[in-house]
Amino acid sequence: MNTPPALEVRNLSKDYPVGSNLLGTRPARMLRAVSDVSFSVAQGKTFGLVGESGCGKSTLGRCILRLLEPTSGTIVLAGRDITHLDARAMRPVRRDLQIVFQDPMSSLHPGMTVRRILSEGMRLNGLDAQAEAVRIAELITLVQLPQDVAARYPHELSGGQRQRIGIARAISVDPRVVVLDEPVSALDVSIQAGVLNLLRDLQARLGIAFVFIAHDLSVVRYVSHRIGVMYLGQIIETGPADAVFSAPQHPYTQALLSAIPLADPRAERARRRVVLEGDLPSPLDPPSGCRFRTRCNRAQPRCAVDPPVLTPNTDHSVACHYPGPDHAPYLDPQNHPIQHGVDV
Amino acid sequence: MSTVPLLEISNLRAAFPGPNGPVEAVRGIDLTLDEGAVLGIVGESGSGKSVAMMAVLQLLPAAATVTGSARFKGRELVGMPRGQIRQILGREIGCIFQDPLSAFNPVLTIGAQIVEALRLHDRHISRRAALARTHDLLASVSIPQPHLRAAQYPHEFSGGMRQRAMIAMALANSPSLLIADEPTTALDVTVQAQVLDLLRRRAQEDGIGMVLITHDLGVVAGMARNIAVMYGGRVVETGSAEQIFYDTCHPYTRGLIAAMPRMDQSDAPLVSIDGTPPSIFARPPGCSFAPRCHMAEPACSLTDPALVQAGSTLSACLRAHELAAEGNTRVAE
Repeated sequence: MNTPPALEVRNLSKDYPVGSNLLGTRPARMLRAVSDVSFSVAQGKTFGLVGESGCGKSTLGRCILRLLEPTSGTIVLAGRDITHLDARAMRPVRRDLQIVFQDPMSSLHPGMTVRRILSEGMRLNGLDAQAEAVRIAELITLVQLPQDVAARYPHELSGGQRQRIGIARAISVDPRVVVLDEPVSALDVSIQAGVLNLLRDLQARLGIAFVFIAHDLSVVRYVSHRIGVMYLGQIIETGPADAVFSAPQHPYTQALLSAIPLADPRAERARRRVVLEGDLPSPLDPPSGCRFRTRCNRAQPRCAVDPPVLTPNTDHSVACHYPGPDHAPYLDPQNHPIQHGVDV
Repeated sequence: MSTVPLLEISNLRAAFPGPNGPVEAVRGIDLTLDEGAVLGIVGESGSGKSVAMMAVLQLLPAAATVTGSARFKGRELVGMPRGQIRQILGREIGCIFQDPLSAFNPVLTIGAQIVEALRLHDRHISRRAALARTHDLLASVSIPQPHLRAAQYPHEFSGGMRQRAMIAMALANSPSLLIADEPTTALDVTVQAQVLDLLRRRAQEDGIGMVLITHDLGVVAGMARNIAVMYGGRVVETGSAEQIFYDTCHPYTRGLIAAMPRMDQSDAPLVSIDGTPPSIFARPPGCSFAPRCHMAEPACSLTDPALVQAGSTLSACLRAHELAAEGNTRVAE
């Protein structure tokens, strides 16, 4: 009854040295792209990472795969610490840990047929030719494409089909965990829906754990069981998807949710927006104390001094000294008194 | 008294030379925009929404053929001599594009570019006065320290600030029409909210008519009075924002709405539209949505339906009346 989570990330940080000159006479400054991030994903579940550009979500994804070396912290895959494995020891581990990238045009080899693309991973795992052909047919069926795509090249496929091949490649080696980095943001809405449904379907069938990275909150909500909201390298709120979306506690999460345009003219007109002032501070020189305080409408003197940490041991935790609901009707104006005329 | 609409497009077509004869990207569209109103044009990539507006503004490459009519305050823009349309663009019609980094000249300061836009259309304004006006314009789009910012180059601005500067430039000569082509697509959601808010406010305050081109139904829902949905180079449905979202009578619009993940309901599976949008080189005969449409009948691949009144919207679908009769389309089947 004590199965370890499929993936556990503990206190992960990633620094980039920036600004040193060629002669080394000017010392490099450290840009902390990911700062002390912890979360875990259970078998067959999805952890959604959301945040705006530059918040560190993709860097975090790449650190999990060890495509980037984390500066500190621990990555535990199904109970095994893989943080310090060397390239050779990582090889068999990669079978359990796969990734799907945003742009399938640049992540699929243009000179390989779909068959070759899908067989690469299996060959590295020593499947014989007979089993390989069967498996490829099975994978193509799994991602709901016609069998004749096997003989085609990526440029002959549409964007949605290419992304399905990217997904098929990731699952070809039966991974435990797949990191999906903006897998649908390059797709049109009508195509995106099909890929999202496919992901939910595959997870239900194969029990894979997903780390789903995206900037589009409605997409993340659709696929995720748990959510982590990132701001300037830190997770500032995390919890079950429903709780985070329907009762956000952090003012940044609230602003983020209220900024999403709703495809519903009446609700759109009725809602009150929390429009964030100013721009994202430079990650090279983050604000002291709480990183969000420069744009926060609740900031108090304490926020400049004392960096808030995620509340420990709770299912829904938030890194804020003054958490709590905002008084705006965020998502369902039907259930709240509609406030007219207080729009921004 | 009926007045002349701000922009009236009828039977507009745009074609490009292709390997086997001309290829039509826009196939006869009709749109009307009243003064001070916002018209949203929604469509997926390749639907012809951007090409249509570029055709109106004569911004397409010279090889393209544009026919039909686009009247701006009664003046015909299609076929207007270049010299004349350049007098209108930037003065009476402002444009905002998706990517402000490529729309600005990287080697000139933001201020210099806005000053140029002002002086090009007003010979009598002095350099000093133009610069002062530039500072006001930048301040009006909430750019802090406009004096300092005007002296900076586009790469020194953040994405959202660059787009705000672009809006300032488009508004420099107090246009009566603003064409915004995916103005927030490259921006983060909180920055998008700032920019949309700014556009909405400025358009309202100055009574500017706006054509807002986007693939995002959420963006038009809050901005547009009227919406035109494009597919395969044609307008397939048009109506007020409310009609399009609550009483759509076209299976494609209905599909688009059902395909969008919603923030307020997470568990209902999304309804995806099978297949992919038609290639411009191989349009299916008849209705171009028919191959993906779950309601298609044999007749649909024979005739390309015209836009007709069905229920509350104008819909180009042979079975639009059935959809209209079904009523409440908010519940996706």
